[in-house]
Amino acid sequence: MALFLGAIPFLGLAGVYAAASSARLSANPADKLLPSFEQMGTTFWRMATVPEVRTGDLTLWVDTFDSLQRLGLGLGVSVLLALTFGIAIGFVPHVRSALAPFLAAISLIPPITVLPILFITFGLGETAKVALIAVGTAPVMIRSVAQAVLDIPREQIVKVQTLGASVWQMVTRVVLPQVWPRLITALRLGLIPAFIFLISAEAIASTTGLGYRIFLVRRYLAMDVILPYVAWITLLAFLIDRALLLFSRRIFRWAFLEGEAL
Amino acid sequence: MSFVEVSRLTKRYGDTQVLERVNLSVAKGTFCTIVGASGCGKSTFLRILLSQEVQSSGTVSVDGTALPPEPTPDRGIVFQRYSVFPQLTVEDNLVLAEEFATARWTGRLFGSARSSAKQAVAETLSNIGLMAAKDRYPAQLSGGMQQRLAIAQALLMRPKILLLDEPFGALDPGIRVDMHDLLLRLWREMEMTVFMVTHDIHEAFKLGTRLLVFDKVRHDPDSPEAFGATVTYDLDLKSGPVTEPPTEIADIIYPRPEETTDARSS
Ligand SMILES: Nc1ncnc2c1ncn2[C@@H]1O[C@H](COP(=O)(O)OP(=O)(O)O)[C@@H](O)[C@H]1O
Ligand SMILES: [Mg+2]
Repeated sequence: MALFLGAIPFLGLAGVYAAASSARLSANPADKLLPSFEQMGTTFWRMATVPEVRTGDLTLWVDTFDSLQRLGLGLGVSVLLALTFGIAIGFVPHVRSALAPFLAAISLIPPITVLPILFITFGLGETAKVALIAVGTAPVMIRSVAQAVLDIPREQIVKVQTLGASVWQMVTRVVLPQVWPRLITALRLGLIPAFIFLISAEAIASTTGLGYRIFLVRRYLAMDVILPYVAWITLLAFLIDRALLLFSRRIFRWAFLEGEAL
Repeated sequence: MSFVEVSRLTKRYGDTQVLERVNLSVAKGTFCTIVGASGCGKSTFLRILLSQEVQSSGTVSVDGTALPPEPTPDRGIVFQRYSVFPQLTVEDNLVLAEEFATARWTGRLFGSARSSAKQAVAETLSNIGLMAAKDRYPAQLSGGMQQRLAIAQALLMRPKILLLDEPFGALDPGIRVDMHDLLLRLWREMEMTVFMVTHDIHEAFKLGTRLLVFDKVRHDPDSPEAFGATVTYDLDLKSGPVTEPPTEIADIIYPRPEETTDARSS
C-alpha cells in the first residue's frame, strides 16, 4: 500500500511528460525538446552497449566510472579530514579554540568560487576535480564529526578513564565508535553537494564524466541524452544513499535502537 | 589517619562559591550517604573526589596520598545516566576494562583471549541478573538493568572507593529496593569505601553507615552565591537503622517553598 502510494507521484509525472511529448511530436516529428520515452530508451541503450566509433569506449560506463571515481576520491579525502580534524576539534579544547573560528569562516566560502584557483593550482586534470569535491564537502563533515564528539556525554569520558583507558584507547574504543554513524549521516547529506561540485567541475574542464556529457550534448539540444542522464545520476545518488544507510544500520545497529532514522 | 581525609576544601566557579571549609575524615569501609538541597554542591564534591574537578583550595588525600590529577581505576563511579557505553553490548561493556588492560594499542581482544575474558565476566553477569540480556545493547535495557550494569562495570577494576551520584534517582521505587540489596551485598563483599549522593532521605538512612548533610551555614539574601555549602550534620548510623529520619534534615533536603520566601523577605 505504502509502495503504491509512493509510486503515484512518479507515475503521474511520467504520464504528464508522455502526454506533452506526444503532443509536441505529433505537431513536429523532428522536435528535440521533449523526446518520447522510446527515443530516450534507444539513445540510452546505444550509449550503454555500442562502442563509440572513435575511441571504442562504451560511453555510459566510462562516464559513470570516471564520475564515481572522482566522487569517491573526493568524499574519501573529506572523510579522512573529518575524522582527523573533527575528532581533534571535538576532543581537545585547545585545538577547538584554535580551529573552530577558522573552520566557521572557511565553510562560508562558496566552494565553486575556488574552482578557478584549483584549476590554476592543480591544472585541468583529475586532482582539481577531486579537490573541489573535498573542499566543498569537508568543512560541513568536519563540523558534524566535531559536534558528534562534543555530544558524547562527559560521564562516558570520565567513566572510561576510571576503567584504566589510555587516551588512544579512549579515542578508538569510545569516541570513534560513537562518531561513525554520525559521520555516515554527514556523508549522506554531503552526497548531493558532492554531485553538484562534480558535475560543475566536469562541465568546465573534462573529457569524460556524466557532467561532461550532458553539457557537451547541450549544444545539439540532445534532450534524449540529457534526460536519461539526469535520471541515471539521480538513481546513482539514490542507490549510494540507500547503500550507506543500510551499511550503517547493519554495522552500527546500536545507533538505530532509539527513535526513527531517515 | 583515616582512609579519606578532606581538609579545608573549597570550590568556586567564578563568583559562585559552591563548597567552603569542608573537613572530613572517613574510615575505610564506610558507606557514606550524602544528602542536601538541590544545587548545593553534592555532585561537585563527588567530582572532586574523583579528580574530575580540582578544588579551589584545601586538600583531599586517600590512604595518605593526595589525589592524582585525573580519574584513576582505584575510584569507580556510577552516574545517574550515561554511565555505560551505548555502542557495546552488556557483555562487551564488562569485557572492556580487561581489553584496556591487555590490548594496549588495539584496545580489543580476539579469539581465545576474548572468549576467556567473556568467561571471566560470566559470574558478574549472573550476579547482577543480566546473563539472559548479555547480548543486548544498553538502549534495550530497562533503567534498573542499565544501572546494575553500570555498578558492575564500575566495580570491575576493584576500586577502593566507589562514588555514586544519585544512581537510583531515575528508577521506580519498587526497583530501588532490589538495587539497594545488590549494592549492599557488593559493598560487603568488596570491602570498599562508598560515597553515595541521594535525594531520597529514606534511602540515605537505610544504606549508609554514616550520613553527611551538605548545607549552607551562612546566607546572604542579596547574593545567594556568596557562600558555599559544608557538612552541617554528620551522623553515625552504625548503631542501627533509623526508621524515622529527623525532620530538620528533611527540611534541608526538601526546602518548603514558604520557608524560602520567608527567609528572603526577612
Ligand atoms: N562547571 C560549572 N560551572 C559553573 N557552575 C557550576 C558548574 N558545575 C556546577 N556548578 C554550580 O555549582 C552548584 C552546585 O552544583 P552541583 O554540585 O551539581 O549540585 P548538586 O549535585 O548538589 O545538586 C550549582 O549552583 C551549579 O550551578
Ligand atoms: Mg547533583
